[in-house]
Amino acid sequence: MTVDRETVVVTGLGATTPLGGDAASTWAAMLAGRSGVRRLTEPWAKELPAEVVGRVQARRMDRCEQFALVAAREAWADAGAPEMDPERLGVAVTSGIGGIGSILAGYDTLKEKGWSRISPFTVPMLMPNGSAGWISMEFGAHAGAHSLVSACASGAEALGYGIDMIRSGRADVVIAGGTEAAIMPLNIGAFAVMRAMSTRNDEPERASRPFDKARDGFVLGEGAGIVVLESLSHARRRGAVVHAVAAGAGYSSDAYHIAHPAPDGAGVTAAISRALADARVDPEQVVHVNAHATSTPEGDPIEAQALVKALGSAADGVIVSATKSMTGHLLGGAGAIESVAAVLALRDRVAPPTINLEEIDEDVPVDVAAEPRPLTKRGTEPMAVLNNAFGFGGHNVSLVFTAA
Amino acid sequence: MTEQEILAGLGEIIEEIAGVPADEVTPNKSFVDDLDIDSLSMVEIAVAAQDKFGVEIPDDQLKDLTTVQDVVNFVSKNAEGSA
Repeated sequence: MTVDRETVVVTGLGATTPLGGDAASTWAAMLAGRSGVRRLTEPWAKELPAEVVGRVQARRMDRCEQFALVAAREAWADAGAPEMDPERLGVAVTSGIGGIGSILAGYDTLKEKGWSRISPFTVPMLMPNGSAGWISMEFGAHAGAHSLVSACASGAEALGYGIDMIRSGRADVVIAGGTEAAIMPLNIGAFAVMRAMSTRNDEPERASRPFDKARDGFVLGEGAGIVVLESLSHARRRGAVVHAVAAGAGYSSDAYHIAHPAPDGAGVTAAISRALADARVDPEQVVHVNAHATSTPEGDPIEAQALVKALGSAADGVIVSATKSMTGHLLGGAGAIESVAAVLALRDRVAPPTINLEEIDEDVPVDVAAEPRPLTKRGTEPMAVLNNAFGFGGHNVSLVFTAA
Repeated sequence: MTEQEILAGLGEIIEEIAGVPADEVTPNKSFVDDLDIDSLSMVEIAVAAQDKFGVEIPDDQLKDLTTVQDVVNFVSKNAEGSA
C-alpha cells in the first residue's frame, strides 16, 4: 500500500545575484547571455545600500545574511505574502561558508584594539544559520529554521530539506534557499592555492566557461536565491500562483576525496537517479538541466557523463545549461539561484544560454545550449527540469521540478 | 562636561548604534522598554561612551544603568575633569 504524500509546489521566487538585484532582472540578463563577472576594484565587503537593509540592521547582519533577507522578501512578496498560521511556516536557508567577512573583520579588530572592541553581534553574523534566524524573525516563522551545510551543494540541499518539511507534515510553507558573500582575499587565496579558480584575469567576462575546452577554473560570485515552497493544498486554498512543482530531491556522497569529485561520477549518477525516483519522473520527461558545471577542468565532464548514465538514451533530448558562465560560482547560494533559474526555464519554456562556450570539450557528451533554446514537452507526461549541485566533501544533490 | 553635553553625546551614540533619533533620547527613557535597545547593543553603546567620555562602565554597573538619566549620572560622576 502506498500512502499518497503532499505535493510541494514553488509559489515564490527571489534572487540577488551578480546579474541583477531581483529574480526578474537576473533571469532577463541570463536570457540575454550577459556576464556578471568583472575585475574587482571596490573596497572589500562593501555594505549594501542602506535603503535595501536598514543602516542599523546592516550593522548586525553579515553581508551574506543581508543578501538572504533581500531575496527572501522578494520571494515572499512574489508568493503573495500569505497570511498563515506561523506555527506552519518554516525556514530552510543556509550558506556554504557563513559570515566569513564578519570573522575576518572581528579578527582584525581583535588584533588592533583587543577583544572588548569586537562587535557583540559578531557571533550571530558569522554563524552559517544566521540567515535562517533573521528570516524566521522577519516573517514570524515558528515551524523551525534550519541550515544544512554541504559547501557548494548547500543551497540545493536546503530546498530538498524544505520539501521534506512539507511532505512530513511539519510545515505548510517553507522559505528555502542559500546565500553567500565570500569574495574576499582569504577565500580567493584559499581557492586559488587549490588551483580551482580561473586565472583568465585579462578577460573577466570570458573567464567562467563551463564545458568549454579552454575552461581553467571557476569564478567566485556572491548573492542569494530563495524560493517559497508550499503544499499544493495550501497553495490551492489561498489561490496562489504556482510556478512549478518541486517534485523531488536525490542525494549521495562520494566518500572518495575531500575536494576532488570521484572520477567515475557514480555519486552524481546516483543523486540524479534518486531524485528522479523520488519525483516519480521518467528520464523521458526531462527536457532541461541547470548543471552544477563550475568551469573546472575536472568537474564539468564528470557531471556531463553522469547525466548520460543516469538518463540513459533519454539524455539525447535534454538541453543542458550552465548559468555559472554568467553568474560565476555562488558556492552555497549556487544551488538555490540555479533552482530559481530552472523554475523560470520551466515556466517560460526556454533554456538559458551557456556563454563562452566556443568549443565544447570532447569529453562532454551532452547537448549544451550556447544560445537560449526553446523547451518542448516530450511525450504526454509533464515536462521536468533538473538542477544539480555538488560540494567539497563529496556531497551531491539533484532536484527535480515539473511543470505546474 | 555638563549633563546637557553628556545627554547630547549619548543621543548621538544611540542614534548611530541603535537607530533611535537623538532627540528621542531623553532622560526618563528606559533603554529596554522605551528605546527597544537589547543587551548586545548596550555593550556597543557602553564601549562608544567610553571612547567619547573617557569613562569606563564596568559590566556589573552597566546592568544597573536602565535609563538614559542613569548613564548621564554615571558619566557625570566618573568623568575625568568633570566639575
